[in-house]
Amino acid sequence: MTETISMPQPQLAAIAVEKAYRKDKHKIPVLHGIDVEVNKGEFLSIVGQSGSGKSTLMHLFGLLDTPDVGEIYLEGQQIDDLPEHARDQIRNHVFGFIFQFYHLLPELNLLENVLSPLMIRYSTWEYWKKRKQFKQDALEIIEKVGLSHRIKHRPSELSGGEMQRAAIARALIAKPQILLADEPTGNLDSSTGKEIMDLLTNLNEQEQLTIIMVTHDNLIAAQAHRTVRLREGQIEVLGKSKSASVPA
Amino acid sequence: MYKSLLCLRYLRTRYIALASIISMTLGVATMIVVNSVMDGFSTDMRDRLRGILADVIVETNSLDGEPNTQDLKDRIQRAVGNDIEGMTATVEIYAMLSVQYGSQWQSKPVTLIGIDPATKATVGPLSKYLVNTSEASIPDWELSPAAMAYRKEWTTRAQWMVDRWNHNPPPMEEEVTPVEKPDSAEPLAPPKFDSKSDFESPFDSKPQVAEETDSLSNPFDKELNESVFDKAEKRDPGSPLKGRVYIGYGLVSFPYEDPDTGETKMFQIVKPGDDVKISTVTAGHPPEPTHFNATVVDLFKSEMSEHDSSLVFCNLEYLQEMRGMIDPESDEKSITSIQIKLKNPEDAAMVVSKLEEALPAGQRFRVRTWEDKQGPLLAAVEVESAILNVLLFLIIAVAGFGILAIFFMITLEKTRDIGILKALGASSNGIMSIFLSYGLALGLVGSGVGVVVGLLFVRYINEIEKFITFITGRKVFDQRIYYFPEIATHVEPMMVFWVAFGAMVIAVLASILPARKAARFHPVESLRYE
Repeated sequence: MTETISMPQPQLAAIAVEKAYRKDKHKIPVLHGIDVEVNKGEFLSIVGQSGSGKSTLMHLFGLLDTPDVGEIYLEGQQIDDLPEHARDQIRNHVFGFIFQFYHLLPELNLLENVLSPLMIRYSTWEYWKKRKQFKQDALEIIEKVGLSHRIKHRPSELSGGEMQRAAIARALIAKPQILLADEPTGNLDSSTGKEIMDLLTNLNEQEQLTIIMVTHDNLIAAQAHRTVRLREGQIEVLGKSKSASVPA
Repeated sequence: MYKSLLCLRYLRTRYIALASIISMTLGVATMIVVNSVMDGFSTDMRDRLRGILADVIVETNSLDGEPNTQDLKDRIQRAVGNDIEGMTATVEIYAMLSVQYGSQWQSKPVTLIGIDPATKATVGPLSKYLVNTSEASIPDWELSPAAMAYRKEWTTRAQWMVDRWNHNPPPMEEEVTPVEKPDSAEPLAPPKFDSKSDFESPFDSKPQVAEETDSLSNPFDKELNESVFDKAEKRDPGSPLKGRVYIGYGLVSFPYEDPDTGETKMFQIVKPGDDVKISTVTAGHPPEPTHFNATVVDLFKSEMSEHDSSLVFCNLEYLQEMRGMIDPESDEKSITSIQIKLKNPEDAAMVVSKLEEALPAGQRFRVRTWEDKQGPLLAAVEVESAILNVLLFLIIAVAGFGILAIFFMITLEKTRDIGILKALGASSNGIMSIFLSYGLALGLVGSGVGVVVGLLFVRYINEIEKFITFITGRKVFDQRIYYFPEIATHVEPMMVFWVAFGAMVIAVLASILPARKAARFHPVESLRYE
């Protein structure tokens, strides 16, 4: 994405987004007209109770789902109405996902799991040509998340914290612009959760990585620059903003 | 890249899916075995039929035959001379073969074919089927030294007995000529008379006997010449008769079970050098019965029981003489059929149509290929093989449904992984191709193993047959029922390819539905539940 537009604009924005799920004949509204913006390099946390629609909002940001009403903008360009192929590309190139349940592929070892976004991005031939470079990159990132001793292990042989760090490594290998984290510490004990949060904070600070984190835990959310609070599909309070404007 | 990696991993970690392709493996293996056996059966049968019947046969409609042999041959030469490799004239007629064994006469209906062995050999591999003639030599009507010696031995013995009987007739018998034609006597059970030792020497030193046994050195010669029988026949009974035959092995041998070993052995009642009696009809209207004696020159064993138990080959001239097919004025000898061997057997249909045009009009001739003659038999094998193929392919189709079911289970199990892959940017087509290539891989493994198992089975089919016979105590492939001594197989590479290909297509088809379903999973739905 180019920086041709001089006017400051949010990196990612949801405008008047509505979303409802259908369950049998009933329409269950989840989001009622939400406006959220996130700037480049910002660490935004979305807090809310279960069923408040926070995960749905994150899925809409990450193009895993489409809004019923409203639009999603990436760098000023609408992305929610793109054809599926383009959405797949954006997911692969722009976003990195971290899930509560890590969601590693059980058949692949740690290294292969970390490399999987690149395998998806490139054709077999291209991947084969660049495989040494990719492996080097992956090993560096694995080193950064502190799992160098586990590269040949299957996910089932890793602890929760290790799996989440592996998931972070997988999200980072594709050099994303925005990291979407859905309850990254939700399944971990507090000390492991802290390790993960430190990792995310470091990434945000050192590499200016935009992070949108969904959590139900106010303490965890407090570590972000800004918090958006959802209640029954609507924004309750707009931020106790630490720093609304982001260092460029 | 991730597609092939995941596909390989699924293949290695999901053994239940491998179980689902076992029926496919079995189906492929069975199809290969059945097709190879059927193909081997019909290939062998075709070879043997062709060896006996030649590629194209011109037959007269009448049993009287066609007197203008040379004219007929010339016409054939003119019409299709360039395509012909060999040609032989024959007389084919129904006959009754009578063989004396002990004191009993056994008669069987046969097809009597008068042939000229030298030209017959240019039409088909005749010597290959003659038991006591080497494959390389050109068959003729001469007895082998061994057969000659054997003949000398038994005729001498028979003569001796007849002689003794004449000098000292048994009191109970009436005044009838005991044996009208001594040459028709059969070898008797081991000699019971006193001078047995005298006759053992011929067995011990056959070549000597062959030399010895001219009429002068025969110790009974004088008496023989004086006997009534030789006055009638005017010749040495030890020399073969004018009529010579090759007899089908199945006509003169019978299987029996050895009481000691339990093995099935063949018991042969006629040897080369023996005489048999043949009854047939003469040419002309109405056909008159006629019969003659003939010396067995060799046994004929094509290992096709149908032919071995129905064909008798006779020397053509003698048969023509016996049937009155030689015109006394013009000395023209009639024949009933001309067998033709083609340079290229595939041209048979073309040659047949050319010949039909070239031969004299009227309903006197029929031109047929050997396939036409044996059409129903070959067609039966083909129909059988087609039906079996359909049935066996249904087995593979059933295996396809097994794969379909297992694949649905696997896609359900993999729902979350599909969601992850989509979140990481994998396209729906990519997800679909994972499962399609998984199906293809399963098909490849299934049909690959099936091909190997099938080919191994075909390779060792006779050993397997023996083993099953040993286990069950029941002969699986009985030579008395089938045409061949052992199971003939012929593996057609294209058949193997198509069977394996068909199985793979079915595996891929069966995985299309689950793969589409997987591709349509909504990423959020897939990821929502742990």
